[in-house]
Amino acid sequence: MDFSSYQTNNFFDEMMDQKGQIREPYAKLCQKLKEIPIEEIQQHQFIADRMLLNKGVTFNVYSEGTGTERIFPFDLIPRIIHDSEWQILEKGLVQRITALNMFIDDVYNDQKAMKDKIIPRSIVLSSKDYLKECKGFSPPKGIWCHISGIDLIRHSDGKYYILEDNLRVPSGVSYVLENRDLMKRTFSDLMEDLNIMPVLNYPLKLLEMLQYVSERSDAQAVILTPGIYNSAYFEHSFLAKQMGIELVEGKDLFVENDIVYMKTTNGPKRVHVIYRRIDDKFLDPLAFNPDSMLGVPGIFKAFKKHNVALVNAPGTGVADDKVICAYVPKLIKYYLGEDAIIPNVPTFLCSIKKELSHVLENLPNMVVKAANQSGGYGMLIGPTASKKELEEFRNNMIGNPRNYIAQPVMSLSTVPTLVDDHLEGRHVDLRPYIICGESVYVTKGGLTRVALRKGSLVVNSSQGGGSKDTWVLNS
Amino acid sequence: MLSRVANSIYWMSRYIERAENYARFIDVLKNLSLELPPTLKEQWNPLVMMTGDAALFEAKYSSYTKINVIKFLTVDAENPNSIYSCVSKARENARTIRDTLTIEMWIQINELYLSVQSRQKTKNWTDETLNAFIKEIIDGSHLFSGIMHTTFSHGEAWNFSLVGRMLERADKITRMIDMKYYYLLPKVEYVGTSLDLLQWSATLKAASAYEMYRKTYPRLTAPNILEFLLLNKNFPRAVKYCVTRAETGIHNITGTPTNTYTFKSERELGKLRSELDFTDTNEILKFGLHDYLDSLETKVNNIGAAISESFFFN
Repeated sequence: MDFSSYQTNNFFDEMMDQKGQIREPYAKLCQKLKEIPIEEIQQHQFIADRMLLNKGVTFNVYSEGTGTERIFPFDLIPRIIHDSEWQILEKGLVQRITALNMFIDDVYNDQKAMKDKIIPRSIVLSSKDYLKECKGFSPPKGIWCHISGIDLIRHSDGKYYILEDNLRVPSGVSYVLENRDLMKRTFSDLMEDLNIMPVLNYPLKLLEMLQYVSERSDAQAVILTPGIYNSAYFEHSFLAKQMGIELVEGKDLFVENDIVYMKTTNGPKRVHVIYRRIDDKFLDPLAFNPDSMLGVPGIFKAFKKHNVALVNAPGTGVADDKVICAYVPKLIKYYLGEDAIIPNVPTFLCSIKKELSHVLENLPNMVVKAANQSGGYGMLIGPTASKKELEEFRNNMIGNPRNYIAQPVMSLSTVPTLVDDHLEGRHVDLRPYIICGESVYVTKGGLTRVALRKGSLVVNSSQGGGSKDTWVLNS
Repeated sequence: MLSRVANSIYWMSRYIERAENYARFIDVLKNLSLELPPTLKEQWNPLVMMTGDAALFEAKYSSYTKINVIKFLTVDAENPNSIYSCVSKARENARTIRDTLTIEMWIQINELYLSVQSRQKTKNWTDETLNAFIKEIIDGSHLFSGIMHTTFSHGEAWNFSLVGRMLERADKITRMIDMKYYYLLPKVEYVGTSLDLLQWSATLKAASAYEMYRKTYPRLTAPNILEFLLLNKNFPRAVKYCVTRAETGIHNITGTPTNTYTFKSERELGKLRSELDFTDTNEILKFGLHDYLDSLETKVNNIGAAISESFFFN
């Protein structure tokens, strides 16, 4: 195949610069691709799709009724990052998550940042996932957010920005591992002599962290899933399998004398640490939503007595609010005395009058997001929105300014993607996964999500997104 | 292991086995219909009678035609026991325990499901299509249990699967004999005629038992065939073999010494196994074959219920 007709269209393209030169991280790969006829690449893509289907690497789509499984489309052309660039990102992510963990512990205990007016108390306390039940509490080892997936984008200026912090139950890491596996099985020729850093040890790091926070060596760790209809069920089972621990549903657990047990064929067995993939509000019908069928009655009390560790700790979501996200650079400065290594996407807070009126004036050029929704829901993309949608969001923002933020439309970088019989640039973001245990671990690379529709900026799997393998090249 | 996981692995195996046996049932009738004397009409209703879903069938279809019966038993999603439904349920169970299964097992069950699902569009069930479908199901089930046998540790979970598969098979073999004996033969006068033996040999073939039977007995007679399908201890689709294996499976799980019991399920299994050890075909025929088969089905059902009670916390 050749790259002569490949267009970068004034975006930052990860493979090709504006002059049509191949960027350095892609040099070797492009050399190899030039030798391969397009039919062969299409054949590899066909095999990869087939493997995904047979392996059942799927996610569920909510809007199409329960049980609708779809494969998460995978594109063979990888996203490549050079190690020198990656090291800076990794430092920035470690810095950010360290400050965020300090912030969450502060929120539920001393509230210093609020007293020192770094962040308004009203904003923090009105965060949807602020959990008053956690006041005065500190989880084992003081860690709240053990697992996060922070979204990064690269703008047309070539710089990386933080798009959002996913601190509650971020999903997608299984695709990082599956994509690499798929790549090895279908197109290993491409990977030879490139010195790609491995991603394989994530499950190991995850298990080490679970054991670390359980504060005992013989800890029984489990993953708690809402069940097979959850959109990320594949990932829950995948991780349980990779770690060799039980995948449990709420009905498999019970609490007696504030100790958590699972029901086994040999009777009850104590559980010490739970990687829960259930939202706070559904975790315990006694403490929160009484209608929850997914949770375990009494588990929150067991958690507060330190009889079981919950990962991430309930209440962590307080910091996963798009308004609070805007304050993170200030929080980094406050807690660590450092400047943020990776900047935020410029964010306008609708709760601030001046900023709201700026947003309303420029609405067709803005991206508006509800403060605490994820998965591409509750979002307005100004340039492509209909009049009706613009009007709807305008009213919502005026009615409930605390619940909205706005950002200029960022031009996500592009990566060549197979479209029929040629390559076209498609927009991508990047979600590295971070584990906070005894030390902080960041996956080498992360999940590159790609908006497969031409021109689209929405990379979410529920809205036509796919993914790519992400290679960090060791220098 | 988790009770829920034990429950799912048990049912996953039962449903796969059920799908396989339904394919075998259809095979019996399909073969018979080809060699029927001209004076007799093809009859497809026994298939539905035997599965116990006649009421559902009659509510949906106007008559017991070949095509209606085949559709009902193969791809009808509204029949909870159709092959499609069985394979779907097996896969649903497998999905809930994906972390427990090996990737090879999961891929096999998923592929089987995808191929059965693609058959739902089939409008015209020619004999060729039907043959291919039957083979696909039987091969798919064999492949699955083979993969399980060779990739999955033979520990507790494996034993739950074994118990599930064996109980399901014992139940279905019993029904298959009953279909032949009770429903298929038009009149008592036909006993011992060539039609009778034709039906018996079709039954043997559908149970993949014909060749092994021929190695064991010199002549094709109804009592011998009965003895083989009910009381043979070595043939893997004979009821006694299945019950004995299920009993071993349960004792492997509990660690209770054989010939003793701690759980009700062990006791019920032991009782049934020793009954099969010490009875013979004369006694069975004297009791009445149809009634005997009925009581076997009830006992197997009770064992299933006792297992659920002892291990699944339902």
